[in-house]
Amino acid sequence: MSKEPRPDVGKNVRVMTGNEACAEGALVAGLYFYAGYPITPSSEIAEVLSERLPQIGGKFMQMEDEISAMGAIIGASLTGAKAMTATSGPGFSLKQENLGYASIAEVPCVVVNVMRGGPSTGLPTLPAQGDVMQARWGTHGDHPIIAVAPTSVLEVFMLTIRAFNLAERYRVPVILLMDEIIGHTSEKVILPDAATIEIWNRQAPTVGPDEYLPYKITESGVPPMAKFGEGYRFHVTGLVHDETGFPTNNSVQINKFLGRLNSKIDRHADEIITVTSDLQENATVGVFAYGSTARSAKRAVMLARQEGARVDFINPTVLWPFPEKQVSSLAERVSKIIVPEMNLGQMAHEVEWAARGRADIVKINRIDGEPIKPDDIVKAIVENA
Amino acid sequence: MFDYMKYMRQDKLPLIWCAGCGDGIVLKSMLRAIDKIGLDQNEVCMVSGIGCSSRLTGYVDFNTLHTTHGRAIPFATGVKMAKPELTVIVVTGDGDATAIGGNHYIHAARRNIDITVILFNNNIYGMTGGQVSPTTPIGKKASTAPFGNPENSFNISGLAEAAGASFVARGTVHDAIPLEKYIEKAIRKKGFSVVEVMTPCPTAYGRRNKLGNGAAMIKQLKEDTVPLSRAQKMSDEELQDKIITGVLVDVERPEYTDNYQKLIERFKG
Repeated sequence: MSKEPRPDVGKNVRVMTGNEACAEGALVAGLYFYAGYPITPSSEIAEVLSERLPQIGGKFMQMEDEISAMGAIIGASLTGAKAMTATSGPGFSLKQENLGYASIAEVPCVVVNVMRGGPSTGLPTLPAQGDVMQARWGTHGDHPIIAVAPTSVLEVFMLTIRAFNLAERYRVPVILLMDEIIGHTSEKVILPDAATIEIWNRQAPTVGPDEYLPYKITESGVPPMAKFGEGYRFHVTGLVHDETGFPTNNSVQINKFLGRLNSKIDRHADEIITVTSDLQENATVGVFAYGSTARSAKRAVMLARQEGARVDFINPTVLWPFPEKQVSSLAERVSKIIVPEMNLGQMAHEVEWAARGRADIVKINRIDGEPIKPDDIVKAIVENA
Repeated sequence: MFDYMKYMRQDKLPLIWCAGCGDGIVLKSMLRAIDKIGLDQNEVCMVSGIGCSSRLTGYVDFNTLHTTHGRAIPFATGVKMAKPELTVIVVTGDGDATAIGGNHYIHAARRNIDITVILFNNNIYGMTGGQVSPTTPIGKKASTAPFGNPENSFNISGLAEAAGASFVARGTVHDAIPLEKYIEKAIRKKGFSVVEVMTPCPTAYGRRNKLGNGAAMIKQLKEDTVPLSRAQKMSDEELQDKIITGVLVDVERPEYTDNYQKLIERFKG
């Protein structure tokens, strides 16, 4: 047997699952506190972190339920710690109230949802993409949120780091939406050197405690954030509050606060949204796919092109805020947009809205726990090209 | 004269609590206890849930966290684990801590995490208008028990003891000096500590059950109170409807954040 050294073999070359990559990415991002509750298919994230966190002086807690796990990460984050929890559909439902709290109190945190089939207990070990709308609108009331959706194990690693970065920069909970396929697939990955990875931290107050306003209306829309225990003694509440952080019923103050809160993500959408595009000259049809479905779509686009179809492919890795501009320009280029997804068409509605009648939407949907196969997408491309 | 204002956010006054409510007495007892221990205001994190008593965090000048209904203990757990040097005090009510938050209450006691819970027990959901709570005595009326409460009620101190809390005391707003001492001991105790405080709600509970105004209800608390030393010599029958006060539990058990720190020291690479 050949003993030739392979150039890509080194300490950064690993074989790991998406769930393991999520745990590793979180550690690189600076995770200090994890709280969770066992649930398939996300439990491996907790298992890895229960071992790795104390080894680096961090804290891992298995809580009594999903709700307390979400509460605990918010509490930890208020002391300045980077904090995360991971779950799947039923647990994601349980976390929604405290997720809204993180949103209104503007507490950075990362919530991983390894999606499985639903509703209710649903299909615990089978993949689905049925929680993409829940990620946007699961908690009550108008609120800001960011959701990212990786398509490969390496992307899980990178997007977990990005999820922390976005949470810190915009003081917002960030949802990492995997699905069972991404969470449990083992792949070879070449991890980038830690030194090359950019880490963002929340902005600290630039004024002393006497002048500090925890919810100040700033130019960026994101107020600097003090840590508990460092002399600032501010108040945090889930009630609608003014710049001081204390509750208000004054409609002028309510509008000021909710106006800033609900615009802070949209106004930075261009910095937040990432889309992988593979466009082709004179394309007649486009494919919009995310998560594990994007893997099938990628192959389908390649096969369809071999058969002579002219196809554009866009794969958003940020789902919320929705990549409206990218879909809009796709709708300018093609007459039909195919949207395969493992739900009954949740993102297809958004694509249709962004296309505004300039391109027809062709949906491919499955909710039976089976992935959408490349052949199904090839067929749709050929029929609609 | 003790200077309460040192610890109050004075621009937030007056308090929202009704005339005759006992919560202010608990607040003052707590502030005296904190002052006696000599805690730095920057080193105290006070966490509350939802309800009348939970509004307390808005008025006091500490690091304050007013959370979701029933979840004060989980949020406090995150604060304490991430920054164990903070003194973490949870302010909560009977509905908040033992109905919607009951699971967290028993599990925090089981872990024996170094958090002090001041549990305002007024036997009712006051803020929402007088609905029956897990501590409403059987037979008493509430807006959702118009014919008298058909359910048995919780012994919430006993619940904390059974779940593993290392310190449990019960006091009343009639006896503010012992109450202050219980709170002081609870905060000083390394471990999960509960001080259950019996406090009247004349508006939502007393009125419906014809118990008189706040003063009359506090007087009734005095009459119903049996100190632990005396209770130990009384039969269960004699103790029916009585409030046993005193330090009910004070034991040494391994504390969770300490345990975790030891684990880090052992396995840290």
